[in-house]
Amino acid sequence: MTERLFEGADWDFHTLQRITDACEAVATKDLGLDVYPNQIEVITAEQMLDAYSSVGMPLFYKHWSFGKQFAYHEASYRKGLMGLAYEIVINSSPCISYLMEENTATMQTLVIAHAAFGHNHFFKNNYLFKQWTDADGILDYLDFAKTYVMQCEERYGRVEVERTLDAAHALMSHGIDRYPGKKKLDLRAEEKRAGRRRQHEEEVFNDLWRTVPKGAAKSRSALSIERRRKLLGLPQENLLYFLEKSAPRLAPWQRELLRIVRHIAQYFYPQSQTKVMNEGTATYVHYRIMTKLHEQGRITDGNFLEFLGSHTNVVFQPEFDDPRFSGFNPYALGFAVMQDIERIVTKPEDEDREWFPDIAGKGDVMGVLRDVWANYRDESFIAQFLSPKLMRHFRMFHLHDDPEERAGIRVDAIHDERGFRRVRRELARQHDVGFIDANIEVVDVDLSGDRRLILHHHVIKGSQLNETDAKRVLQHLADLWTYDVALIEVDANDKVMREYVVSPRPIPAAVA
Amino acid sequence: MPIHIIDRRLNPGGKSLENRQRFLRRAKSLVQGAVKKTSQERDIKDVLEGGEVTIPLDGMHEPRFRREGGTRDMVLPGNKKFIEGDYLQRSGQGSAKNSGPGEGDSEDAFRFVLSRDEFVDLFLDDLELPDLAKRKIAQTESEGIQRAGYTTSGSPANISVSRTVKLALARRIALKRPRKEEIEELEAAIAACTDEDELEVLLAQLEKLKAKTKRIPFIDPLDIRYRRFETVPKPVAQAVMFCLMDVSGSMSEHMKDLAKRFYMLLYVFLKRRYKHVEIVFIRHTDRAEEVDEQTFFYGPASGGTLVSSALQAMHEIVRERFNPSDWNIYAAQASDGDNSYSDGELTGLLLTDKILPVCQFFAYLEVGESGGSAFDLSDSSLWTLYDRLRNSGAPLSMRKVSERSEIFPVFHDLFQRRETAQEKAAP
Repeated sequence: MTERLFEGADWDFHTLQRITDACEAVATKDLGLDVYPNQIEVITAEQMLDAYSSVGMPLFYKHWSFGKQFAYHEASYRKGLMGLAYEIVINSSPCISYLMEENTATMQTLVIAHAAFGHNHFFKNNYLFKQWTDADGILDYLDFAKTYVMQCEERYGRVEVERTLDAAHALMSHGIDRYPGKKKLDLRAEEKRAGRRRQHEEEVFNDLWRTVPKGAAKSRSALSIERRRKLLGLPQENLLYFLEKSAPRLAPWQRELLRIVRHIAQYFYPQSQTKVMNEGTATYVHYRIMTKLHEQGRITDGNFLEFLGSHTNVVFQPEFDDPRFSGFNPYALGFAVMQDIERIVTKPEDEDREWFPDIAGKGDVMGVLRDVWANYRDESFIAQFLSPKLMRHFRMFHLHDDPEERAGIRVDAIHDERGFRRVRRELARQHDVGFIDANIEVVDVDLSGDRRLILHHHVIKGSQLNETDAKRVLQHLADLWTYDVALIEVDANDKVMREYVVSPRPIPAAVA
Repeated sequence: MPIHIIDRRLNPGGKSLENRQRFLRRAKSLVQGAVKKTSQERDIKDVLEGGEVTIPLDGMHEPRFRREGGTRDMVLPGNKKFIEGDYLQRSGQGSAKNSGPGEGDSEDAFRFVLSRDEFVDLFLDDLELPDLAKRKIAQTESEGIQRAGYTTSGSPANISVSRTVKLALARRIALKRPRKEEIEELEAAIAACTDEDELEVLLAQLEKLKAKTKRIPFIDPLDIRYRRFETVPKPVAQAVMFCLMDVSGSMSEHMKDLAKRFYMLLYVFLKRRYKHVEIVFIRHTDRAEEVDEQTFFYGPASGGTLVSSALQAMHEIVRERFNPSDWNIYAAQASDGDNSYSDGELTGLLLTDKILPVCQFFAYLEVGESGGSAFDLSDSSLWTLYDRLRNSGAPLSMRKVSERSEIFPVFHDLFQRRETAQEKAAP
């Protein structure tokens, strides 16, 4: 009989090593996963709270909003309102997983299988992560960002830096390139570039140049609107990028801060698009590994039952009228679809053959899944692989809430033959960041006039911006732009629905 | 594949401490208001333990572009009886609206826990002892650094460029170092010169000038001056606070509680804020005794009332231990205002002649029964006496307190930072 990995709930570092080795054997041989090297770190609850407040990263620049996060999490943790996650995993190479010290040996096994192999494989292989993130460089880049922010604070004062970062954070959700084509983020080079630029500035600095008389200003009227828009790269939906490149009166260090915030936003962009898939993958992987370890006799029946207990909690999906309901649980939905794919590939029914001719009965479960994990994001994943059987299982239905409709909210489709496709399309759309985030872009700058920056919000389905928040964000935007900013909300027919104009606040002291 | 397992538990914690401080600094006024509000409701010991406060989220809001309203579509699990084309009533059909808890109403206020230190700091933030350090300063403890002219030696970081260049210029002028223009002029003359004898003379002259230039350097090590720094002792003010409390039989439990709360606050305030403040506790019935803080706050006592005994005791202690020319002297007295009729005169005399002349500040707190209506009818004998003294210009502050919740405002009022008090008075 094979040796048990551990007895009871206690573990030490040798146990963790044995567990990781055992998980790795299953992950690579049975499941064929391809992962970054693993680094496993054991941390305390307090450190977990620390990590929470810096968006899960091991190091981050200092900002008051993270302190607010921390205070908030700490208060709810102390009151027992919130349990802490069992783990946090970081998309970096080596892939760092944090394990809580309170976890039992079974939980540690679960967490290692889940994070160090499930998430890890997804990070390394999914196309979005490959395209948008640089796992090798992220930790160094964060280190650079932290130091850079600190240096800026020393040179230009904490208040100034805070003002810039506040503004950048407000625009963070609109600091993302949504379409590939630009070159992949190389954070190491990024860090070197900033250092070189600074060095160059210091080397060639000569105060005399300031006194050299400038030539007569060129006539700008010659620029046609077309040409001007082209020069500024308009329309531009990445507001932070636009400000970094084109805001007329920002100091170089402010541009660099915007760039840092933008890069970090970009780094997290794939995660927001793959929540269901990412968690589904990790959950499926831990389920397979744990089951295998149990089959091999490496964990006892008792431990396996403990695991099943936590696993069931994780994939629990409350129904819509349940007080615990708060939307679809990405673990539940993701895991269910993964298992369903396994069923379709191995034991398809007629319905599945009709809906999934490509994979039904193909036999190679892991091959299909690895391909799915590599090439889809939440939206396309649901649109492709949510089967009628699962829709029936979850008893899904689609509500259409039109404020104009007096009769109430219409049930538009349910889990029946007529509704399957519509329900599936709507659920996919719910997971499409393109639909979730407001579609805002810079359309023009009045260069010859008062330099007003003009933004458009393309309103979808009549859903406009929250007025208070929009004004506040625009205030930040205007402060960075240093001239008036106008935001116009237009509907699909270019009809203006609402217009905001915000002027910059005066800067208290001149910034170098 | 190598796997690293690292134990991070021993790493220094508190990584978020700095962010937290930044947050508190930013939210200071909000938190301060919350702290004061919370502290009114609490027991004195709990107040100093820190705890949870709630601040409105508005000031700490992080805005984002958010969309709202419009036509909404959603897919939900758990259909039981709906079929396509059904209409659900909007009101009462809460589940759909509630789909995002934590987004809406729950964010209006923000609750979090302050540590003991943070709490007390914020609580005492705008308080200070009035007129501290007006009198003679003794005891030096810390040393500060101050600029003090220039010196000929020092570290390169302290070189004073302007002073060095100035000295070099003076030296060059004094030693008649040839200027660049002189040499250029001469060279031009040589180039233009045709007469050989004259040329020789000019060349010799040039040679001489060049040699001199070489001998007299542009900047000599002698010229270099460094900024000099000097350590100076930083004066620290010495102060003593006398806490005089009436514990006679006429003080009810409620009054004693009020008085003790007041002193507890005073004690915490002084201990935290001033390193060099001595505190003398005197409690009195018909006789006074100096006691330690433990007895002062927790020891039982009862008896008649002679306020003068406490003042006498204070006077003696001042004479023995705290020379008024070396010490800032403060006193805070708490009493129910009852005094033996015969003692009134003596009390008044002691105060005007002995105590007030040496005191920087004398606070009198009169505690009353809960409800406090008795106060309004007639002033107590002590209050009448003190009021008369104050009107004749004595540095006396007087307050009445009859409810727990009044302690904090009164305390703040008494020890509010003076500038701020004046600023408030100005507009």
